[in-house]
Amino acid sequence: MNLTLKIWRQKNANAKGAMETYQVENISPDSSFLEMLDILNDQLINEGKEPVAFDHDCREGICGMCSLQINGEPHGPGRGITTCQLHMRKFKDGDTIFIEPFRAKAFPVIKDLVVDRSAFDRIQHAGGYISVNTSGNTQDANGIPVEKHNADKAFDAATCIGCGACVAACKNASAMLFTSAKVSQFALLPQGRVEATDRVLNMVKQMDLEGFGNCTNTGACEIECPKGISLENIARMNREYLKASIK
Amino acid sequence: MATLDSKIPEGPLADKWTNHKNNIRLVNPANKRKIDVIIVGTGLAGGSAAATLAELGYNVKAFCYQDSPRRAHSIAAQGGINAAKNYQGDGDSIYRLFYDTIKGGDYRSREANVYRLAEVSGNIIDQCVAQGVPFARDYGGLLDNRSFGGVLVSRTFYAKGQTGQQLLLGAYSAMNRQIAKGKITMYNRHEMLDVVVVDGKARGIIARNLITGEIERHSAHAVVIATGGYGNVFFLSTNAMGSNATAAWKVHKRGAYFANPCYTQIHPTCIPVHGDQQSKLTLMSESLRNDGRIWVPKKIEDAQAIREGKLKPTEIAEEDRDYYLERRYPSFGNLVPRDVASRAAKERCDAGFGIVNNSTNEGVFLDFSSAIERYGNEQAHIRGIHNPSKEKITELGEEVVASKYGNLFDMYQQITDDNPYKTPMKIYPAVHYTMGGIWVDYNLMTTVPGLYAIGEANFSDHGANRLGASALMQGLADGYFVLPYTIGDYLADDIRTGPIPTDTPEFDQAEKNVVDSINKLINNNGKHSVDYFHKKLGHIMWNKVGMARNAQGLSEAIHEIAELREQFWKEVRVPGTSEEFNQELEKAGRVADFLELGELFARDALERNESCGGHYREEYQTEEGEAKRDDEHYTYVAAWEYTGKPSEAVLHKEDLKFENVELKTRSYK
Repeated sequence: MNLTLKIWRQKNANAKGAMETYQVENISPDSSFLEMLDILNDQLINEGKEPVAFDHDCREGICGMCSLQINGEPHGPGRGITTCQLHMRKFKDGDTIFIEPFRAKAFPVIKDLVVDRSAFDRIQHAGGYISVNTSGNTQDANGIPVEKHNADKAFDAATCIGCGACVAACKNASAMLFTSAKVSQFALLPQGRVEATDRVLNMVKQMDLEGFGNCTNTGACEIECPKGISLENIARMNREYLKASIK
Repeated sequence: MATLDSKIPEGPLADKWTNHKNNIRLVNPANKRKIDVIIVGTGLAGGSAAATLAELGYNVKAFCYQDSPRRAHSIAAQGGINAAKNYQGDGDSIYRLFYDTIKGGDYRSREANVYRLAEVSGNIIDQCVAQGVPFARDYGGLLDNRSFGGVLVSRTFYAKGQTGQQLLLGAYSAMNRQIAKGKITMYNRHEMLDVVVVDGKARGIIARNLITGEIERHSAHAVVIATGGYGNVFFLSTNAMGSNATAAWKVHKRGAYFANPCYTQIHPTCIPVHGDQQSKLTLMSESLRNDGRIWVPKKIEDAQAIREGKLKPTEIAEEDRDYYLERRYPSFGNLVPRDVASRAAKERCDAGFGIVNNSTNEGVFLDFSSAIERYGNEQAHIRGIHNPSKEKITELGEEVVASKYGNLFDMYQQITDDNPYKTPMKIYPAVHYTMGGIWVDYNLMTTVPGLYAIGEANFSDHGANRLGASALMQGLADGYFVLPYTIGDYLADDIRTGPIPTDTPEFDQAEKNVVDSINKLINNNGKHSVDYFHKKLGHIMWNKVGMARNAQGLSEAIHEIAELREQFWKEVRVPGTSEEFNQELEKAGRVADFLELGELFARDALERNESCGGHYREEYQTEEGEAKRDDEHYTYVAAWEYTGKPSEAVLHKEDLKFENVELKTRSYK
């Protein structure tokens, strides 16, 4: 396959960025999208130019490091996958592909396609945990039965990989899906109920401080989420928040 | 020269750890506040250690090259974590987990370490459940288990195919609690580039801020390396793209012995290589072997027809299929350990029965049709459907398989464009895990005082082959329950030391080394990219130091790697500058270290004139093609001391004593 790439280039956080055009040739349809970018970078290095910086690590859709807004969609076309799981067979020979970083005020660009998502970590610091010591002397694991239905829902919420696609997809750059996934995971488990009130208040407060926008229930986040995190979690967080606020 | 003292406590096996804990020194809570610990790497081992040490009261500085500790490659572990809980009442016990691990490791690990691992395994599950890790449960609300390779019980706890993710997020949440309290200072996007040794003790590190390129000095009273394995020396592996051996290799060059580098795990069930544009390989969880059956055609012409696309696997009759694992190993069948399953796949493909249309024809089938039929019939029975149609059985069976392995099947389909419910998966072995690593004693301390290594980065528990679902167990055991005790014994001497200054000649010299090496790479202006060399190294490693090795190939590899290294330093091209975010520079430093490690790896493989676990020397095999150990001459840990060049590394031997198990030929027949 031969492709035209329009890629956002930005030297560093303070520099002004712009789209630049590149050509790549002989790309195998079985290659992944990031392998296609590897080939471009190899080409640029051989031409004595600077390669394109982009985040990636596990390349199997679980670490959440890769991002990219591809043709206007976080993680590109295709549902339920991250950019590293996107394969070139999803494109046609001769296509022009637009590649940009995730855009949000709370995710400043570091370089080219790399953004700073540490705001997500700080939301987790505010309450994304259960306050138990790691002594191993807690009760036996089977001492806390969990209804299977709730255990499964908690697991579904816990599969969030923290990639930020929900924020990038949202017209308000809201982090409600991300934050609600953690709040939900713990709210659904008996172990997490104990400090549910403080958790939801603190995490939402931090989320607002980081400069994420509000949720207007558009649902773009759920569609673009590579892990299929459900909007139901936002509804659950709203209920938890309301309960906590009037306590 | 350091001596190899494993410091295994006296006394009966089952009492060693308890006695040891009772006898080692403690640091009182007020004094812990005066002590700093650096932890490099935030996967299961590093993350759990950071959280626990901070909780105990130490000041922890944690480093990771990713943008968040949550992204460490432990996250990609799929199938599960072992623990001797015996919740299924199927005869499991601490002893059995210990025994399975020793046997699975082909009698090349330390009894005392492995027993301790089995002993604390149950605590891990308790701990994780308390943290809110959502393990799979039954309708009664209790925890579910499944079985893994090389064992005859169900002791594996799991969270669908994302167990590593859930455990890592558990450790990450424990870290977050301590970060919020200010007890852990987190350095994301930082890479450790050297360890600083002062008066013979590890007292700090030199790290590069990957965003600004700034070189930083960090001091502490002890340094813990938790940076995972070195599988990426093969270029293609199931490791993350950034997984590297740099921290481990730098400490080796500063005096830490490197143990058993040749023990590498080639995982049998990965998606086969598709072409030369490929950047990494993807694992399909071992849990799939609970229900998938591995086969190749019996007739060589069928294999060829499949490769050419003239025949579909579903068109091959049952009697024309060779379920070679069931044939060769009737008692363990498809659940033989990884090394055995990998070699058996290679044997069939080398004989011409491979079914994948790539340059090497390497690939075999992993087939779920029997499981779909079995589950379908079971479901029909449960639901009271009499005389169900074939279609109904398939539909019901596929639902069960989807509930167990849905995400793995989806992942497979995304990558290959094949539907594994309808046609068998194609799989082939790939580099996955390294049992070898930094040599540590029973306290997990390296040969450099105050320098510790935990998790995959050390060599300690898996011998020559790791059993499935044991990596997560070891990482968390080291981080939550072993290191936090043993490090106190060492730090008890440091309660009056005070903060370690960084304006000393030792820090100056270490920083200068780092800066010089970065400048050399940046100013080299050669003609090839870093990947060019990494791919070449991977090619040598896979062909000559891979699944099957022989003396001639290894000697050639040692030579070729040394030559490639020389060429690298002459011809590598690293664009950009060192004072900015520069991913090529990061890669260049890592590949430079792999080019040294690879040579030691091949030397170690050449020196070990036996086959054991993942180390298979073609010269040493039984008539049936099984690995043939030489217990008389090789029942030792090979610990290499760096003396200036990989070719001049000095071998030290730690003899392995087996007082509780009898050394036997490992049989899964």
